[in-house]
This record gives sequence, C-alpha cells and structure tokens, in this order.
Amino acid sequence: MNGPHDLGGQMGFGPVAPEPEGQPFHAAWEARALALTLAAGALGRWSIDESRHARESLPPAVYLGSSYFQIWILALEALLTRHGLLTPAEHAAPESVEPAAPHPRRLAGSAVASVLAAGTDYARPLDAPPRFRPGDRVRARNIHPRGHTRLPRYVRGHIGTIEAVHGGFIFPDTHAHGAGEAPQPLYTVVFDGAALWGPDAEPGSSVSVDAWESYLEPA
Amino acid sequence: MPHDHPDHHHDNHLDPMEARVRALETILTRKGLVDPAALDTIIETYAQKIGPRNGAQVVARAWDDAAFAGWLRRDATAAIADMGFTGRQGEHMQAVFNTDDCHNLVVCTLCSCYPWPVLGLPPVWYKSLAYRARAVIEPRAVLAEFGLSLPQDTRIRVWDSTAELRYLVIPQRPEGTEGLDRDALAALVSRDCMIGTALPRAPEAAA
Repeated sequence: MNGPHDLGGQMGFGPVAPEPEGQPFHAAWEARALALTLAAGALGRWSIDESRHARESLPPAVYLGSSYFQIWILALEALLTRHGLLTPAEHAAPESVEPAAPHPRRLAGSAVASVLAAGTDYARPLDAPPRFRPGDRVRARNIHPRGHTRLPRYVRGHIGTIEAVHGGFIFPDTHAHGAGEAPQPLYTVVFDGAALWGPDAEPGSSVSVDAWESYLEPA
Repeated sequence: MPHDHPDHHHDNHLDPMEARVRALETILTRKGLVDPAALDTIIETYAQKIGPRNGAQVVARAWDDAAFAGWLRRDATAAIADMGFTGRQGEHMQAVFNTDDCHNLVVCTLCSCYPWPVLGLPPVWYKSLAYRARAVIEPRAVLAEFGLSLPQDTRIRVWDSTAELRYLVIPQRPEGTEGLDRDALAALVSRDCMIGTALPRAPEAAA
C-alpha cells in the first residue's frame, strides 16, 4: 500500500539527531512495549509481515504523529483484536479480566534466550530457477498494490541492475494477508542516484533495494 | 538512569502510553498469553546483553584475520554465527565492506529493519522519519549531520533493507593500528561505524 511508512525521498522531516550508544529505551513503557510485542508474536497467530502491515495501516496522521513504540503498541492492539485475543470490554476494564491458565504457546521466561537466538528462517526452496542473473538490467514495476508490499515507491518505474541473487524467500505481499508463503527469488537491485532522483541526486550515489522477482521486469 | 532499569511497578509518571501499555500487559498476563518473566528477560537481553559491542568484535576479527574477512564476504550469516551471534533479526546477514572508493550506508525506509544480534536495538534516529526519508536521496547531507564529510570522489552506496537481509557495514581499518589486539581494535568501532554514519576512531583517541 502507498502508506505513510513508505518514506524514502520524502522531505520536510528536519535534521537527523545523532544519539550515543547504550540507550535502547527512553521510557520504561517502551521496554515493555518491545517485550509485549515479541512475546505476543511468539503465540504464532500472525507473521512479521502481518505485523508490519498492521503498523503501516494506521491512519497516516496517526502514523506520522506517533513515536516508534507508540506505533508498535497501536499495531499490537489491532493484531490482538483481529485475532480474537483482545476484546473492547477487556480493553476498557483490564483489572476485571479473569485469570486464565497459560496458553499452550505462551512464551515462558526460561525459553526466551533460545527463541531469540534461533530466530526465524525466511529462506525457502524454489520450484524454478531465478529469472534474472547478476548484471541484468531490470525495471522496478510501476505497481501500486492495495495490500502489503516491500517495493518502495521511490524505485517504481526506474531501471537498475541485478547485483546479487539470494535464492527463495517468503513473499511478504501474500504472507502478510494469510495468503501463503508463495516464495520467490530475492534480488539485490542497484539504482544510480541519478536514475532515481534525476539532476537532484547527489553525485556518485547509488541505492539498492532487495526485491522479490515479481516486483521486477526486464529492461 | 531510569530507562536503564525499566520497572513498571514503581513508575508513577502520568504518560498516557505508560498506562496504556500497563493495561495491555495486565490483560495479556491474566489471559495467560504472556509470561511477565519472559518480558523481563526480553528487556534484559536487549538492554544489557545484545548490543553493538557484538558487531565491533566481528569487525575487529575481520581486520585481524583475512580468512575470516573472506568468510564474512561469502557467508556473513555463518561467519557471524561462528562468533555466537545469531537469531532474531539477524537470520540472513550480509557484510558490506567500505573501500577507498566506496562508503556504505544502511537504512530501512519502510520500517526499521536492523541487525539485532550484532548491533542490538536500533537508535531512535535510525527509526526516525527524517533518516528513513533522507538517507536514500541525500546521504551526504545526512552524513554531514553526523559530522562525517567524505571526499567528493568517494562513492556512497545506500542499502535499503527492504527484505529479511540484514546489513553490517565493515569499515576500513584505521592506519596506525598494526600492534593492537582484537579488544583494542573493537574499541575503535562505534555502532554508527557499522551503520555507515561514522568512521572508526583513530587509535590514540580510543584510550
């Protein structure tokens, strides 16, 4: 979707403010927000693609006006509600929720280290060889999907070069909507700055994106 | 500092997000969906255990061991796993090496993709609207705001992390570091070096 999250090349957000190391959280609730999001995700009811789509589906003014972990919490509430794990009545009166036995997939404190260290493998085997090879010229397709996509607007319609072929990966555009993993070849595609930004590009700059095969056409 | 020891039970400020998150935690805990001990462990992990010192060790080893650097180029996931750094948001790693001609800069314009096992959680600026918007269209202007001015003939390559590949920038080894051991080398490597918004410190400045 052409949502507020697709920020590459937008203007008007002001300077970037550097920050020293060692401050991952700036309020106690931010740490709880991160942990709740990871622990709820471990229930296995939604994928990382669905959770990204929940964030970018927030109303644009809300997305742009919220801090990062605010976005995470708003999206987590939406995901929990969509999947029947949170009701408006519970939300209105947390202290009256009756205690229940642990869910079979509840992430136990003792399992956190191994679950985080294992991660999730997003690579998948493919049925057919990749269509493109390193060095091929490709155009990022001029597409505007209504659902989740990972093809940023700023490359659509522009010509770049395949730099690397990474094998098969879960396709977020289907996976975010419960429509299957539908793995496709993933490529690193490099665009000259001038191809993307014309005469307003900084000289000598280039930008790459990682693009699934159906985002690309021969150029 | 208070944010180094998040303790939701004794925090009295009136931030509406504090109340909202606490309510959600209460509901999910009562319903048996989350274990408060798991929340504490997740926070402890990313506040204290997993951070950019991991990545700095990877860079120092790459500077010190040409065979390891070659492995890192060919299969960064395996090479980094060999140092014990694996898992969430680092499942598919790519190491990108700065050269005399080309400087690398990493961004995620669509969200905040970042290599957690080697760098920890991203800094606020990496997740900010400004960085995500500007890194791809005016990387030199962004680097200048970090105090980094590269020669005009140095090319800048920006890596937009749009898939599940996670990028670690391997900066060039500074001159005058021949006698340093790996711990001393790692001390020259800041988090920002491994995102691409800084260069390693000179050895005399690191003491």
